[in-house]
Amino acid sequence: MSLVNTNKTVLLDPTNERRVATMERVGRPESLRGLTVGLLDISKARGDVFIDRLEERLSEMGADVRRYKKPTFTKPAPVDLRHEIATHCQVVIEALAD
Amino acid sequence: MNDVSSPVLPDGLVIVVKRECETCRMVVPVIAQLRDSGANVSLYVQDDPTFPDGMDVVHDSDLSVSWHHDIETVPTVMRVKNGVEVERTVGWVRDEWERVTAVSGLGPELPAFRPGCGSLSVDPDLVDQLRVRFGGSVLGARRVDVADLEDEFEAMFDRGWTDGLPVVPPTEQRVMRMLQGTTRAPSDVVAVVPPDLVEVTVEKIAINAVMAGCKPEYLPWVIAGVEAVCNDTFNIHGVLATTMPVGPVIVCNGPGTRAIGMNSGMNVFGQGNRANLTIGRAIQLVIRNVGGGRPGEVDRATHGNPGKISFCFAEDEIGSPWTSLATSRGVAPDTDSLTVFPGEGPRCVVDQLARDPESLTNTFAACLRTLHNPKSVLAFDAIVVMGPEHARVYADAGWDRDRVLEELHARLQIPGDDLVRGAHGIAEGIPERLRGVTLPKFRPGGILLVHAGGGAGLFSAIIGGWANGEVGSQPVTKTVTK
Repeated sequence: MSLVNTNKTVLLDPTNERRVATMERVGRPESLRGLTVGLLDISKARGDVFIDRLEERLSEMGADVRRYKKPTFTKPAPVDLRHEIATHCQVVIEALAD
Repeated sequence: MNDVSSPVLPDGLVIVVKRECETCRMVVPVIAQLRDSGANVSLYVQDDPTFPDGMDVVHDSDLSVSWHHDIETVPTVMRVKNGVEVERTVGWVRDEWERVTAVSGLGPELPAFRPGCGSLSVDPDLVDQLRVRFGGSVLGARRVDVADLEDEFEAMFDRGWTDGLPVVPPTEQRVMRMLQGTTRAPSDVVAVVPPDLVEVTVEKIAINAVMAGCKPEYLPWVIAGVEAVCNDTFNIHGVLATTMPVGPVIVCNGPGTRAIGMNSGMNVFGQGNRANLTIGRAIQLVIRNVGGGRPGEVDRATHGNPGKISFCFAEDEIGSPWTSLATSRGVAPDTDSLTVFPGEGPRCVVDQLARDPESLTNTFAACLRTLHNPKSVLAFDAIVVMGPEHARVYADAGWDRDRVLEELHARLQIPGDDLVRGAHGIAEGIPERLRGVTLPKFRPGGILLVHAGGGAGLFSAIIGGWANGEVGSQPVTKTVTK
Protein backbone atom coordinates (compact mmCIF):
# COMPACT_ATOMS: atom_id res chain seq x y z
CA MET A 1 0.00 0.00 0.00
CA SER A 2 1.36 3.38 -0.91
CA LEU A 3 -1.01 5.21 1.39
CA VAL A 4 1.41 6.04 4.16
CA ASN A 5 1.01 9.50 5.67
CA THR A 6 4.05 11.67 6.08
CA ASN A 7 4.49 13.46 9.38
CA LYS A 8 3.93 16.87 7.88
CA THR A 9 0.58 18.39 8.76
CA VAL A 10 -1.12 20.48 6.13
CA LEU A 11 -4.00 22.62 7.35
CA LEU A 12 -6.68 24.37 5.36
CA ASP A 13 -6.84 28.09 6.00
CA PRO A 14 -10.09 28.88 7.86
CA THR A 15 -9.86 32.62 7.22
CA ASN A 16 -11.11 34.73 4.34
CA GLU A 17 -7.55 34.82 2.93
CA ARG A 18 -8.10 38.45 2.11
CA ARG A 19 -5.19 40.80 1.81
CA VAL A 20 -6.29 44.13 3.12
CA ALA A 21 -5.39 47.01 0.84
CA THR A 22 -3.76 49.80 2.78
CA MET A 23 -4.69 53.31 1.75
CA GLU A 24 -2.69 56.35 2.60
CA ARG A 25 -4.44 59.04 4.57
CA VAL A 26 -4.84 62.44 2.98
CA GLY A 27 -2.62 65.08 4.50
CA ARG A 28 -3.84 66.99 7.52
CA PRO A 29 -5.20 70.40 6.42
CA GLU A 30 -3.37 73.47 7.69
CA SER A 31 -6.66 75.09 8.56
CA LEU A 32 -10.35 74.21 8.38
CA ARG A 33 -11.24 77.66 7.05
CA GLY A 34 -13.25 77.29 3.86
CA LEU A 35 -13.23 73.49 4.00
CA THR A 36 -16.38 71.43 4.04
CA VAL A 37 -16.52 69.43 7.25
CA GLY A 38 -19.03 66.59 7.55
CA LEU A 39 -20.35 65.69 10.98
CA LEU A 40 -21.73 62.17 11.07
CA ASP A 41 -24.18 61.47 13.86
CA ILE A 42 -24.35 57.71 14.39
CA SER A 43 -27.83 58.00 15.96
CA LYS A 44 -26.80 57.12 19.46
CA ALA A 45 -28.63 58.85 22.27
CA ARG A 46 -27.19 62.31 23.07
CA GLY A 47 -24.59 62.12 20.33
CA ASP A 48 -26.33 65.19 18.92
CA VAL A 49 -25.40 67.19 22.03
CA PHE A 50 -21.75 66.68 21.25
CA ILE A 51 -22.17 67.24 17.54
CA ASP A 52 -24.17 70.45 18.04
CA ARG A 53 -21.27 71.87 20.01
CA LEU A 54 -18.76 70.72 17.43
CA GLU A 55 -20.78 72.43 14.72
CA GLU A 56 -20.70 75.69 16.67
CA ARG A 57 -16.96 75.54 17.19
CA LEU A 58 -16.16 74.52 13.63
CA SER A 59 -18.39 77.22 12.15
CA GLU A 60 -16.56 79.78 14.29
CA MET A 61 -13.33 78.52 12.74
CA GLY A 62 -14.70 79.25 9.28
CA ALA A 63 -15.56 75.70 8.23
CA ASP A 64 -18.55 74.94 6.09
CA VAL A 65 -20.28 72.33 8.25
CA ARG A 66 -22.64 69.71 6.93
CA ARG A 67 -24.58 67.32 9.11
CA TYR A 68 -25.18 63.66 8.31
CA LYS A 69 -26.91 60.93 10.26
CA LYS A 70 -26.85 57.15 10.12
CA PRO A 71 -30.32 55.54 10.25
CA THR A 72 -29.20 53.39 13.21
CA PHE A 73 -26.05 53.10 15.27
CA THR A 74 -26.23 49.30 15.12
CA LYS A 75 -25.41 49.03 11.43
CA PRO A 76 -22.69 50.43 9.18
CA ALA A 77 -23.50 53.66 7.37
CA PRO A 78 -25.35 52.92 4.10
CA VAL A 79 -23.15 53.08 1.03
CA ASP A 80 -25.07 56.01 -0.46
CA LEU A 81 -24.49 58.06 2.66
CA ARG A 82 -20.79 57.24 2.64
CA HIS A 83 -20.60 58.25 -1.00
CA GLU A 84 -22.40 61.50 -0.35
CA ILE A 85 -20.04 62.41 2.47
CA ALA A 86 -16.97 61.48 0.42
CA THR A 87 -18.21 63.56 -2.49
CA HIS A 88 -19.08 66.69 -0.53
CA CYS A 89 -16.60 66.88 2.31
CA GLN A 90 -12.88 67.33 2.69
CA VAL A 91 -12.97 66.38 6.36
CA VAL A 92 -15.35 64.16 8.30
CA ILE A 93 -15.85 63.70 12.00
CA GLU A 94 -17.76 60.67 13.19
CA ALA A 95 -18.99 61.02 16.73
CA LEU A 96 -19.71 58.15 19.04
CA ALA A 97 -21.49 58.90 22.25
CA ASP A 98 -23.32 57.06 24.99
CA MET B 1 -1.13 17.67 -7.05
CA ASN B 2 -3.57 14.87 -6.41
CA ASP B 3 -4.27 12.40 -9.13
CA VAL B 4 -7.95 12.77 -9.77
CA SER B 5 -8.11 11.24 -13.24
CA SER B 6 -10.42 8.28 -13.45
CA PRO B 7 -8.62 5.21 -14.81
CA VAL B 8 -10.27 3.70 -17.90
CA LEU B 9 -11.14 0.04 -17.62
CA PRO B 10 -9.94 -2.38 -20.31
CA ASP B 11 -12.61 -3.98 -22.49
CA GLY B 12 -13.73 -7.47 -21.65
CA LEU B 13 -14.20 -8.80 -18.14
CA VAL B 14 -12.76 -6.92 -15.21
CA ILE B 15 -12.59 -8.70 -11.86
CA VAL B 16 -11.51 -6.99 -8.62
CA VAL B 17 -10.37 -9.13 -5.70
CA LYS B 18 -8.28 -9.07 -2.53
CA ARG B 19 -6.42 -11.93 -0.89
CA GLU B 20 -7.82 -11.12 2.52
CA CYS B 21 -11.32 -12.06 1.30
CA GLU B 22 -12.34 -15.67 1.69
CA THR B 23 -14.86 -15.48 -1.15
CA CYS B 24 -12.16 -14.08 -3.45
CA ARG B 25 -9.91 -17.02 -2.59
CA MET B 26 -12.81 -19.37 -3.21
CA VAL B 27 -13.45 -18.05 -6.75
CA VAL B 28 -9.82 -18.37 -7.91
CA PRO B 29 -10.63 -21.62 -9.78
CA VAL B 30 -13.54 -19.84 -11.47
CA ILE B 31 -11.23 -17.06 -12.67
CA ALA B 32 -8.85 -19.71 -14.01
CA GLN B 33 -11.82 -21.40 -15.69
CA LEU B 34 -12.83 -18.10 -17.33
CA ARG B 35 -9.32 -17.51 -18.63
CA ASP B 36 -9.13 -21.08 -19.93
CA SER B 37 -12.43 -20.52 -21.75
CA GLY B 38 -10.75 -17.77 -23.74
CA ALA B 39 -12.53 -14.88 -22.02
CA ASN B 40 -10.55 -11.65 -21.91
CA VAL B 41 -10.17 -11.26 -18.14
CA SER B 42 -8.36 -8.34 -16.52
CA LEU B 43 -7.78 -9.12 -12.88
CA TYR B 44 -7.22 -6.33 -10.34
CA VAL B 45 -6.03 -7.15 -6.86
CA GLN B 46 -6.25 -4.62 -4.06
CA ASP B 47 -3.95 -5.92 -1.36
CA ASP B 48 -1.40 -8.53 -2.45
CA PRO B 49 -0.02 -8.48 -6.01
CA THR B 50 1.10 -12.14 -5.65
CA PHE B 51 -2.54 -13.20 -5.35
CA PRO B 52 -3.87 -15.35 -6.95
CA ASP B 53 -0.69 -17.42 -7.13
CA GLY B 54 0.75 -17.62 -10.62
CA MET B 55 -1.88 -15.38 -12.24
CA ASP B 56 -1.34 -12.27 -14.25
CA VAL B 57 -2.80 -9.39 -12.22
CA VAL B 58 -2.84 -5.61 -12.04
CA HIS B 59 -2.08 -4.32 -8.54
CA ASP B 60 -4.54 -1.54 -7.69
CA SER B 61 -1.94 -0.28 -5.25
CA ASP B 62 -3.37 3.19 -4.69
CA LEU B 63 -6.93 1.87 -5.03
CA SER B 64 -7.65 4.38 -7.77
CA VAL B 65 -9.42 1.80 -9.95
CA SER B 66 -11.48 0.63 -7.00
CA TRP B 67 -12.27 4.18 -5.86
CA HIS B 68 -13.20 5.60 -9.23
CA HIS B 69 -15.30 2.62 -10.23
CA ASP B 70 -17.16 2.49 -6.92
CA ILE B 71 -16.06 -0.98 -5.93
CA GLU B 72 -17.76 -1.58 -2.59
CA THR B 73 -17.55 -5.38 -2.47
CA VAL B 74 -14.98 -7.92 -3.60
CA PRO B 75 -15.08 -9.89 -5.71
CA THR B 76 -16.70 -7.59 -8.26
CA VAL B 77 -17.10 -8.72 -11.86
CA MET B 78 -17.76 -6.13 -14.56
CA ARG B 79 -18.26 -6.43 -18.27
CA VAL B 80 -16.68 -3.47 -20.07
CA LYS B 81 -17.43 -2.44 -23.62
CA ASN B 82 -15.62 0.45 -25.32
CA GLY B 83 -14.28 1.54 -21.95
CA VAL B 84 -17.73 1.66 -20.39
CA GLU B 85 -19.05 -0.72 -17.78
CA VAL B 86 -22.20 -2.40 -19.04
CA GLU B 87 -22.83 -5.03 -16.37
CA ARG B 88 -21.67 -5.87 -12.86
CA THR B 89 -22.12 -8.47 -10.15
CA VAL B 90 -20.64 -8.65 -6.67
CA GLY B 91 -19.79 -11.53 -4.36
CA TRP B 92 -20.27 -15.00 -5.74
CA VAL B 93 -23.65 -15.79 -7.28
CA ARG B 94 -23.14 -18.45 -9.93
CA ASP B 95 -26.10 -17.40 -12.08
CA GLU B 96 -25.00 -13.79 -12.01
CA TRP B 97 -21.38 -14.60 -12.87
CA GLU B 98 -22.60 -16.74 -15.76
CA ARG B 99 -24.86 -13.95 -16.99
CA VAL B 100 -22.20 -11.21 -16.79
CA THR B 101 -19.38 -13.35 -18.22
CA ALA B 102 -21.59 -15.18 -20.73
CA VAL B 103 -19.73 -18.37 -19.75
CA SER B 104 -21.78 -21.26 -18.36
CA GLY B 105 -20.91 -24.07 -16.00
CA LEU B 106 -18.81 -21.89 -13.72
CA GLY B 107 -17.46 -23.31 -10.46
CA PRO B 108 -19.49 -26.51 -10.47
CA GLU B 109 -17.94 -27.59 -7.19
CA LEU B 110 -18.80 -24.29 -5.42
CA PRO B 111 -21.99 -23.42 -3.59
CA ALA B 112 -24.43 -21.42 -5.67
CA PHE B 113 -24.04 -18.31 -3.55
CA ARG B 114 -21.57 -16.71 -1.20
CA PRO B 115 -21.49 -13.07 -0.16
CA GLY B 116 -18.37 -11.06 -0.84
CA CYS B 117 -16.29 -8.88 1.48
CA GLY B 118 -15.89 -5.14 1.85
CA SER B 119 -13.63 -3.49 -0.72
CA LEU B 120 -10.46 -1.89 0.68
CA SER B 121 -11.56 1.33 -0.99
CA VAL B 122 -14.46 1.62 1.48
CA ASP B 123 -12.44 0.53 4.51
CA PRO B 124 -13.25 3.09 7.23
CA ASP B 125 -9.54 3.37 8.04
CA LEU B 126 -8.68 4.34 4.47
CA VAL B 127 -11.71 6.10 3.07
CA ASP B 128 -10.81 9.56 4.38
CA GLN B 129 -7.34 9.38 2.84
CA LEU B 130 -8.78 8.20 -0.45
CA ARG B 131 -11.37 10.97 -0.51
CA VAL B 132 -8.56 13.50 -0.18
CA ARG B 133 -6.33 11.70 -2.66
CA PHE B 134 -8.96 11.48 -5.36
CA GLY B 135 -11.31 14.33 -4.44
CA GLY B 136 -9.03 16.84 -2.70
CA SER B 137 -8.77 19.16 -5.63
CA VAL B 138 -12.35 20.34 -5.03
CA LEU B 139 -11.05 22.31 -2.07
CA GLY B 140 -9.87 25.80 -2.80
CA ALA B 141 -8.60 26.94 0.59
CA ARG B 142 -4.98 27.94 0.95
CA ARG B 143 -2.82 25.12 2.31
CA VAL B 144 -0.86 26.00 5.40
CA ASP B 145 2.15 23.79 6.11
CA VAL B 146 2.93 23.14 9.73
CA ALA B 147 6.58 22.34 10.32
CA ASP B 148 7.46 18.92 11.69
CA LEU B 149 8.75 20.46 14.88
CA GLU B 150 5.81 22.83 15.27
CA ASP B 151 2.88 21.86 17.49
CA GLU B 152 -0.17 22.23 15.25
CA PHE B 153 -2.41 23.28 18.13
CA GLU B 154 -0.03 26.06 19.11
CA ALA B 155 0.35 27.00 15.45
CA MET B 156 -3.39 27.60 15.22
CA PHE B 157 -3.38 29.74 18.37
CA ASP B 158 -0.44 31.70 16.94
CA ARG B 159 -2.35 32.40 13.76
CA GLY B 160 -5.32 33.74 15.68
CA TRP B 161 -7.72 31.08 14.41
CA THR B 162 -9.20 30.08 17.75
CA ASP B 163 -11.74 31.42 20.19
CA GLY B 164 -9.32 30.89 23.06
CA LEU B 165 -9.89 27.15 23.28
CA PRO B 166 -7.92 24.61 21.27
CA VAL B 167 -9.40 23.74 17.89
CA VAL B 168 -9.26 20.52 15.88
CA PRO B 169 -6.65 20.82 13.08
CA PRO B 170 -8.58 21.27 9.80
CA THR B 171 -6.72 18.78 7.62
CA GLU B 172 -7.95 17.91 4.15
CA GLN B 173 -9.08 14.51 5.37
CA ARG B 174 -11.20 15.99 8.12
CA VAL B 175 -12.64 18.72 5.91
CA MET B 176 -13.52 16.27 3.14
CA ARG B 177 -15.22 14.05 5.72
CA MET B 178 -17.09 17.07 7.09
CA LEU B 179 -18.33 17.89 3.58
CA GLN B 180 -20.03 14.49 3.47
CA GLY B 181 -22.57 16.04 5.82
CA THR B 182 -24.08 18.22 3.12
CA THR B 183 -25.25 17.80 -0.45
CA ARG B 184 -24.11 21.34 -1.24
CA ALA B 185 -21.02 21.89 -3.33
CA PRO B 186 -17.93 23.09 -1.43
CA SER B 187 -17.75 26.16 -3.64
CA ASP B 188 -21.37 27.24 -2.95
CA VAL B 189 -21.52 30.71 -1.45
CA VAL B 190 -23.69 30.63 1.68
CA ALA B 191 -23.60 34.21 2.92
CA VAL B 192 -21.68 37.45 3.11
CA VAL B 193 -20.12 37.58 6.55
CA PRO B 194 -19.77 40.82 8.53
CA PRO B 195 -17.90 42.74 9.62
CA ASP B 196 -15.49 42.38 6.69
CA LEU B 197 -18.38 41.49 4.35
CA VAL B 198 -16.66 38.48 2.81
CA GLU B 199 -18.46 35.74 0.91
CA VAL B 200 -18.29 32.44 2.78
CA THR B 201 -18.41 29.12 0.96
CA VAL B 202 -19.59 25.74 2.20
CA GLU B 203 -15.92 24.75 2.23
CA LYS B 204 -14.88 27.55 4.60
CA ILE B 205 -17.80 26.73 6.86
CA ALA B 206 -16.75 23.07 6.84
CA ILE B 207 -13.18 24.04 7.79
CA ASN B 208 -14.41 26.04 10.75
CA ALA B 209 -16.87 23.25 11.67
CA VAL B 210 -13.96 20.81 11.81
CA MET B 211 -12.09 23.22 14.05
CA ALA B 212 -15.10 23.60 16.34
CA GLY B 213 -15.29 19.82 16.76
CA CYS B 214 -18.46 19.18 14.73
CA LYS B 215 -19.45 15.85 13.23
CA PRO B 216 -20.41 15.88 9.54
CA GLU B 217 -24.10 15.49 10.39
CA TYR B 218 -23.99 18.81 12.23
CA LEU B 219 -22.80 20.71 9.16
CA PRO B 220 -26.27 21.53 7.75
CA TRP B 221 -27.12 23.14 11.09
CA VAL B 222 -23.95 25.22 11.01
CA ILE B 223 -24.67 26.32 7.44
CA ALA B 224 -28.24 27.30 8.36
CA GLY B 225 -26.92 29.16 11.39
CA VAL B 226 -24.46 31.15 9.30
CA GLU B 227 -27.27 32.01 6.87
CA ALA B 228 -29.50 33.01 9.76
CA VAL B 229 -27.07 35.49 11.35
CA CYS B 230 -25.50 37.00 8.23
CA ASN B 231 -28.22 39.30 6.99
CA ASP B 232 -29.54 42.76 7.70
CA THR B 233 -32.44 41.44 9.79
CA PHE B 234 -30.33 39.65 12.39
CA ASN B 235 -27.49 42.13 11.90
CA ILE B 236 -24.57 40.14 13.28
CA HIS B 237 -22.41 43.20 12.63
CA GLY B 238 -24.22 45.12 15.33
CA VAL B 239 -24.55 42.10 17.64
CA LEU B 240 -20.80 41.70 17.40
CA ALA B 241 -19.84 45.35 17.62
CA THR B 242 -22.04 46.33 20.53
CA THR B 243 -20.68 47.01 23.99
CA MET B 244 -23.58 44.91 25.36
CA PRO B 245 -22.91 41.28 26.36
CA VAL B 246 -24.79 39.52 23.58
CA GLY B 247 -24.10 36.92 20.94
CA PRO B 248 -26.19 34.67 18.73
CA VAL B 249 -28.32 32.29 20.78
CA ILE B 250 -29.36 29.39 18.56
CA VAL B 251 -32.57 27.49 19.29
CA CYS B 252 -32.91 24.31 17.22
CA ASN B 253 -36.16 22.56 16.36
CA GLY B 254 -37.27 19.46 14.53
CA PRO B 255 -36.62 15.71 14.48
CA GLY B 256 -33.07 16.33 13.25
CA THR B 257 -32.13 17.73 16.65
CA ARG B 258 -32.83 14.30 18.12
CA ALA B 259 -31.16 12.48 15.23
CA ILE B 260 -27.88 14.29 15.88
CA GLY B 261 -28.21 13.90 19.64
CA MET B 262 -28.76 17.51 20.68
CA ASN B 263 -29.60 18.21 24.28
CA SER B 264 -32.96 19.77 25.11
CA GLY B 265 -33.18 18.41 28.64
CA MET B 266 -31.05 18.30 31.75
CA ASN B 267 -28.26 20.91 31.79
CA VAL B 268 -29.52 22.17 28.44
CA PHE B 269 -27.30 25.29 28.42
CA GLY B 270 -24.38 23.54 30.06
CA GLN B 271 -21.43 21.43 29.21
CA GLY B 272 -21.37 17.88 27.95
CA ASN B 273 -23.25 17.78 24.65
CA ARG B 274 -21.10 17.81 21.55
CA ALA B 275 -23.76 18.91 19.07
CA ASN B 276 -25.02 21.81 21.19
CA LEU B 277 -21.55 23.10 21.91
CA THR B 278 -19.87 22.64 18.58
CA ILE B 279 -22.65 23.92 16.29
CA GLY B 280 -22.76 27.24 18.12
CA ARG B 281 -18.98 27.35 18.28
CA ALA B 282 -18.60 26.72 14.56
CA ILE B 283 -20.90 29.63 13.71
CA GLN B 284 -18.86 31.91 15.97
CA LEU B 285 -15.60 30.69 14.42
CA VAL B 286 -16.96 31.56 10.96
CA ILE B 287 -17.72 35.08 12.20
CA ARG B 288 -14.21 35.32 13.62
CA ASN B 289 -12.15 33.71 10.89
CA VAL B 290 -14.09 34.54 7.75
CA GLY B 291 -15.89 37.71 8.85
CA GLY B 292 -12.92 39.07 10.77
CA GLY B 293 -15.04 39.72 13.88
CA ARG B 294 -12.65 39.53 16.79
CA PRO B 295 -12.85 40.80 20.38
CA GLY B 296 -10.99 44.05 20.85
CA GLU B 297 -11.37 44.86 17.17
CA VAL B 298 -14.92 45.18 15.86
CA ASP B 299 -16.22 43.25 18.90
CA ARG B 300 -16.33 45.95 21.57
CA ALA B 301 -18.26 44.14 24.32
CA THR B 302 -17.82 45.59 27.78
CA HIS B 303 -18.19 42.19 29.43
CA GLY B 304 -19.32 39.74 26.77
CA ASN B 305 -20.65 36.46 28.08
CA PRO B 306 -19.50 32.83 28.05
CA GLY B 307 -22.19 32.06 25.47
CA LYS B 308 -20.17 33.96 22.90
CA ILE B 309 -18.08 30.81 22.58
CA SER B 310 -21.25 28.83 21.91
CA PHE B 311 -24.87 29.17 22.95
CA CYS B 312 -26.93 26.61 21.10
CA PHE B 313 -29.60 24.20 22.29
CA ALA B 314 -32.65 22.27 21.17
CA GLU B 315 -36.23 22.76 22.23
CA ASP B 316 -37.76 19.81 24.07
CA GLU B 317 -40.63 19.24 21.67
CA ILE B 318 -41.53 15.71 22.75
CA GLY B 319 -42.18 16.72 26.34
CA SER B 320 -43.73 20.09 25.57
CA PRO B 321 -47.39 20.80 26.19
CA TRP B 322 -47.21 23.43 23.48
CA THR B 323 -46.45 23.84 19.82
CA SER B 324 -42.79 24.61 19.25
CA LEU B 325 -41.05 27.94 18.88
CA ALA B 326 -40.39 27.06 15.23
CA THR B 327 -44.07 26.34 14.57
CA SER B 328 -45.01 29.65 16.17
CA ARG B 329 -42.63 31.29 13.70
CA GLY B 330 -44.24 29.67 10.67
CA VAL B 331 -42.15 26.53 10.21
CA ALA B 332 -44.12 23.40 9.27
CA PRO B 333 -44.24 20.76 12.02
CA ASP B 334 -41.51 18.09 11.94
CA THR B 335 -39.26 20.33 9.87
CA ASP B 336 -35.70 20.97 10.97
CA SER B 337 -35.02 24.63 11.62
CA LEU B 338 -33.14 26.97 13.85
CA THR B 339 -33.92 30.39 15.26
CA VAL B 340 -31.19 32.86 16.10
CA PHE B 341 -31.65 35.47 18.81
CA PRO B 342 -29.23 38.14 19.99
CA GLY B 343 -28.97 37.12 23.62
CA GLU B 344 -27.05 37.54 26.82
CA GLY B 345 -26.45 34.71 29.28
CA PRO B 346 -29.43 32.91 30.83
CA ARG B 347 -30.75 33.89 34.26
CA CYS B 348 -32.76 31.62 36.48
CA VAL B 349 -36.43 32.10 37.41
CA VAL B 350 -37.20 30.36 40.69
CA ASP B 351 -40.77 29.64 41.77
CA GLN B 352 -41.23 26.48 43.76
CA LEU B 353 -44.60 27.24 45.28
CA ALA B 354 -46.86 28.26 42.41
CA ARG B 355 -49.37 25.56 41.58
CA ASP B 356 -51.72 27.76 39.57
CA PRO B 357 -50.88 29.55 36.32
CA GLU B 358 -51.81 33.03 37.57
CA SER B 359 -49.31 32.92 40.41
CA LEU B 360 -46.57 31.50 38.20
CA THR B 361 -47.22 34.11 35.52
CA ASN B 362 -46.91 36.83 38.15
CA THR B 363 -43.46 35.50 38.97
CA PHE B 364 -42.38 35.44 35.33
CA ALA B 365 -43.70 38.95 34.77
CA ALA B 366 -41.89 40.28 37.85
CA CYS B 367 -38.63 38.71 36.72
CA LEU B 368 -39.04 39.86 33.11
CA ARG B 369 -39.79 43.36 34.34
CA THR B 370 -36.21 43.71 35.60
CA LEU B 371 -34.62 42.76 32.30
CA HIS B 372 -31.63 45.05 31.61
CA ASN B 373 -33.20 47.70 33.83
CA PRO B 374 -36.61 47.68 35.54
CA LYS B 375 -37.20 51.04 33.87
CA SER B 376 -36.31 50.04 30.33
CA VAL B 377 -39.28 49.38 28.06
CA LEU B 378 -39.77 48.23 24.47
CA ALA B 379 -36.07 48.24 23.68
CA PHE B 380 -35.26 44.58 24.19
CA ASP B 381 -36.83 41.19 23.44
CA ALA B 382 -36.42 38.08 25.59
CA ILE B 383 -36.59 34.32 25.39
CA VAL B 384 -38.40 32.56 28.19
CA VAL B 385 -37.08 29.01 28.43
CA MET B 386 -39.78 27.25 30.38
CA GLY B 387 -38.63 24.28 32.43
CA PRO B 388 -40.84 21.16 32.26
CA GLU B 389 -42.03 21.44 35.85
CA HIS B 390 -43.20 25.00 35.32
CA ALA B 391 -44.74 24.12 31.96
CA ARG B 392 -46.76 21.39 33.66
CA VAL B 393 -48.52 23.99 35.81
CA TYR B 394 -49.73 25.65 32.62
CA ALA B 395 -50.53 22.35 30.93
CA ASP B 396 -52.64 21.21 33.89
CA ALA B 397 -54.58 24.46 33.71
CA GLY B 398 -55.06 24.16 29.95
CA TRP B 399 -53.10 27.29 29.02
CA ASP B 400 -51.68 27.07 25.53
CA ARG B 401 -48.69 29.01 24.20
CA ASP B 402 -50.78 32.01 23.14
CA ARG B 403 -52.51 32.20 26.48
CA VAL B 404 -49.22 32.17 28.40
CA LEU B 405 -47.79 34.94 26.25
CA GLU B 406 -51.00 36.98 26.39
CA GLU B 407 -51.10 36.81 30.19
CA LEU B 408 -47.43 37.72 30.43
CA HIS B 409 -47.81 40.76 28.21
CA ALA B 410 -50.91 41.81 30.17
CA ARG B 411 -48.87 41.83 33.38
CA LEU B 412 -46.05 43.84 31.82
CA GLN B 413 -47.91 47.08 31.12
CA ILE B 414 -46.09 49.71 33.15
CA PRO B 415 -47.26 53.20 34.13
CA GLY B 416 -45.00 55.91 32.72
CA ASP B 417 -44.83 57.48 36.19
CA ASP B 418 -42.70 54.51 37.27
CA LEU B 419 -40.48 54.76 34.22
CA VAL B 420 -39.56 58.40 33.77
CA ARG B 421 -36.05 59.57 34.42
CA GLY B 422 -35.47 60.03 38.13
CA ALA B 423 -38.50 58.01 39.27
CA HIS B 424 -37.74 55.70 42.22
CA GLY B 425 -34.42 57.47 42.66
CA ILE B 426 -33.03 56.05 39.42
CA ALA B 427 -31.69 58.44 36.80
CA GLU B 428 -32.18 55.93 34.01
CA GLY B 429 -35.61 56.06 32.42
CA ILE B 430 -37.83 57.40 29.68
CA PRO B 431 -38.40 61.10 28.89
CA GLU B 432 -40.54 63.09 31.31
CA ARG B 433 -43.14 63.77 28.60
CA LEU B 434 -44.18 60.09 28.79
CA ARG B 435 -45.34 60.40 32.38
CA GLY B 436 -48.97 59.34 32.52
CA VAL B 437 -48.65 57.00 29.53
CA THR B 438 -48.74 53.23 30.09
CA LEU B 439 -46.03 51.39 28.22
CA PRO B 440 -45.42 47.69 27.64
CA LYS B 441 -42.11 46.19 28.75
CA PHE B 442 -42.01 44.19 25.52
CA ARG B 443 -43.11 44.95 22.00
CA PRO B 444 -45.76 42.59 20.53
CA GLY B 445 -43.99 39.32 19.76
CA GLY B 446 -41.05 40.41 21.89
CA ILE B 447 -41.23 37.36 24.16
CA LEU B 448 -40.17 34.06 22.60
CA LEU B 449 -41.33 30.98 24.47
CA VAL B 450 -39.27 27.78 24.37
CA HIS B 451 -39.72 24.53 26.32
CA ALA B 452 -36.46 23.00 27.52
CA GLY B 453 -34.62 21.80 30.57
CA GLY B 454 -34.39 18.82 32.91
CA GLY B 455 -37.41 17.04 34.34
CA ALA B 456 -36.71 17.99 37.93
CA GLY B 457 -36.63 21.54 39.27
CA LEU B 458 -39.29 24.23 39.43
CA PHE B 459 -37.04 26.58 37.49
CA SER B 460 -37.04 28.32 34.16
CA ALA B 461 -34.68 30.72 32.44
CA ILE B 462 -34.80 34.11 30.80
CA ILE B 463 -32.40 35.13 28.06
CA GLY B 464 -32.35 38.87 27.60
CA GLY B 465 -31.96 40.38 24.15
CA TRP B 466 -30.35 43.35 22.49
CA ALA B 467 -31.59 46.46 20.65
CA ASN B 468 -34.63 45.11 18.84
CA GLY B 469 -36.59 45.86 15.71
CA GLU B 470 -35.33 47.34 12.49
CA VAL B 471 -32.78 49.56 14.20
CA GLY B 472 -31.11 46.60 15.89
CA SER B 473 -31.52 42.88 15.55
CA GLN B 474 -34.54 40.68 15.01
CA PRO B 475 -34.78 36.92 15.52
CA VAL B 476 -34.39 34.97 12.28
CA THR B 477 -35.61 31.43 11.61
CA LYS B 478 -34.14 29.24 8.87
CA THR B 479 -34.98 25.72 7.84
CA VAL B 480 -32.14 23.22 7.85
CA THR B 481 -31.61 21.09 4.78
CA LYS B 482 -28.95 18.52 4.11
